[in-house]
Amino acid sequence: MSAFANVLLGGIFHAAVLFLVAAGLQLVFGVQKIINLACGSFYALGAYFGVTFIGWATQLGLSPWLIFPGLILAGVVLGVIGPPIERMLRTVYGRDESFQLLLTFALVLMFQDVFRFFWGANPRSLDNAYLIYGAITAADLGVPVYNLLVIAAAIAVAAGLGALLQQTNFGRILRATAENRAMAEALGVDVRRIYMVVFTLGAALGTTAGALVVPTAAASLDMAIEFVVEAFAVVVIGGLGSMRGALVGALIVGLIRACAIVFYPEFEVLAIYCIVIAVLLLRPAGIFGRALA
Amino acid sequence: MKARQAIAAAVIGIVVFALLPLLVPAYYATLMIPFFGYAIALLGFNLLFGYTGLLSFGHAMFLAAGAYGAAVIAGVFGIRSFEAVLLAVVVFAMVLAVPIGFLCVRNIGIFFGMLTLAFGMLFYSFLFKFYHLTGGDSGMRVPRMNLLGLEFAQYNKIELLAGPFYYYCLALLIVAALLMWRIVHSPFGLHLRAIRDNARKAEYVGVHVHRFRLAAFVLSAGFGAVGGAILGFRIGLADPEIVYWTHSGQLVFMTVLGGFSNFFGPIIGAFAFTLLQDQLQSLTQYWRFILGGILAVIVIGFPTGIAGMVDALWRPLWRSKT
Repeated sequence: MSAFANVLLGGIFHAAVLFLVAAGLQLVFGVQKIINLACGSFYALGAYFGVTFIGWATQLGLSPWLIFPGLILAGVVLGVIGPPIERMLRTVYGRDESFQLLLTFALVLMFQDVFRFFWGANPRSLDNAYLIYGAITAADLGVPVYNLLVIAAAIAVAAGLGALLQQTNFGRILRATAENRAMAEALGVDVRRIYMVVFTLGAALGTTAGALVVPTAAASLDMAIEFVVEAFAVVVIGGLGSMRGALVGALIVGLIRACAIVFYPEFEVLAIYCIVIAVLLLRPAGIFGRALA
Repeated sequence: MKARQAIAAAVIGIVVFALLPLLVPAYYATLMIPFFGYAIALLGFNLLFGYTGLLSFGHAMFLAAGAYGAAVIAGVFGIRSFEAVLLAVVVFAMVLAVPIGFLCVRNIGIFFGMLTLAFGMLFYSFLFKFYHLTGGDSGMRVPRMNLLGLEFAQYNKIELLAGPFYYYCLALLIVAALLMWRIVHSPFGLHLRAIRDNARKAEYVGVHVHRFRLAAFVLSAGFGAVGGAILGFRIGLADPEIVYWTHSGQLVFMTVLGGFSNFFGPIIGAFAFTLLQDQLQSLTQYWRFILGGILAVIVIGFPTGIAGMVDALWRPLWRSKT
């Protein structure tokens, strides 16, 4: 039983990280109609930066209690890469989808070498940094407190995004722009600014997820290109552009992966893509997506 | 493009490539083998992308079908005739493409891209995880094969690649290009372009849109398998990286680099990419950054690719002469 609970918690932790990246992807797609292949690179950037941050923190003798908020802060600050990249993407708005995909693919290639240049080709990991806050042990079940904090942070982000989109004036403007760009513009919405803010927010969600995951996993060159397909799976299963979809999709992918690793490792990734294909075929718009006309 | 211009360009190209192994070091001749492989695969890819308007982000799965097919047929079954291997992998890839295509072509745009990406990654995880069947991440060995029944036993691998195999691949590329030229200039090709430009209108005038898209998908798979078999022969190995999504992205990159709206664009793109990658790799370990930068510049500023640029430079000259 406790083994099962462990698997479950591992899956939920993975889902929490996936949700953060997928939420960024959904936000950008929902408003700007751009699929950002580089979202995995933002995630990796956050992870590498997290490694560096924890390195500094230990050198400066920073209290371990500041590590978690510090990592979140580092991730949010990394959102500054958003505006210049959005400026670059502005050249392909309104052009064929293939060009948008290709431009973000170019970003993926470039980011790979940025990581190689600054952090080297070898994976960078922190030994057991996830145990800084100890673990809660109940019966024979041990859960690192850090993992619970990350799950709590993801839930807080989900709630915050929901409130932002549904209850604030800014959220109303965002939804209006997503619905009908031309009409929103005609009503006086500064769409350029909205796009910049949305993309920056999306990028910051990705970098924060990366920074948060680094105490539990190594930062490596592969993580960018591996994670993006998993985040893709999440948004496809949940439905493109839907926040609720990102949440449900992340839970499905996270739990399936965790279960597969324990019960039948060969199916770890296979199972996810089988579900993706099934969803695309049976309900192309995803579980929570609206059918595109 | 006018047929006369195309023929002139093709003849010049063939002569240059026929003389190339005599003029340059063997290294560059062997470097042209992946070019031939990619060029053949991209001719098929562009039938789908340039002519039918479907962007596949999982096309590398058909190259993998070619490379792994060669590994199984030549390595496991011991059939060492490259022609037999080619025939078998083309049939295999096209049979494989029928169900996948059937499921994919009902979607267009971003959904087609994501479905093909998902199928590609499905293959990747199968090849990567089922170690006892596929060798996992170490891949499967592709043994040396005979060409047209000739062993070439006196040649070592480099000499074989720079000599007989080079001309063999050149011939394959010519055949593939002629075949593709016939396909895109047939009524079938016209149907595909009509579907690309306005699928609904095409349907109104009686085109079976799904059936034609599926046909384009299956044909492109066959070309991809030939390319994959050539790549496998050269490296002597089929490994799962060949079907990873970044490799599919690389195929799109090459096509856009050369220019997808031109018949010869994919061939030019494969050539430019192969040379560029080789030169950059010897120059710096940060070659991906430069390639990514080039891709960004092309997407933003020169969406017609190299072929489009050359065309734009040539056209005024051409006109002033006549």
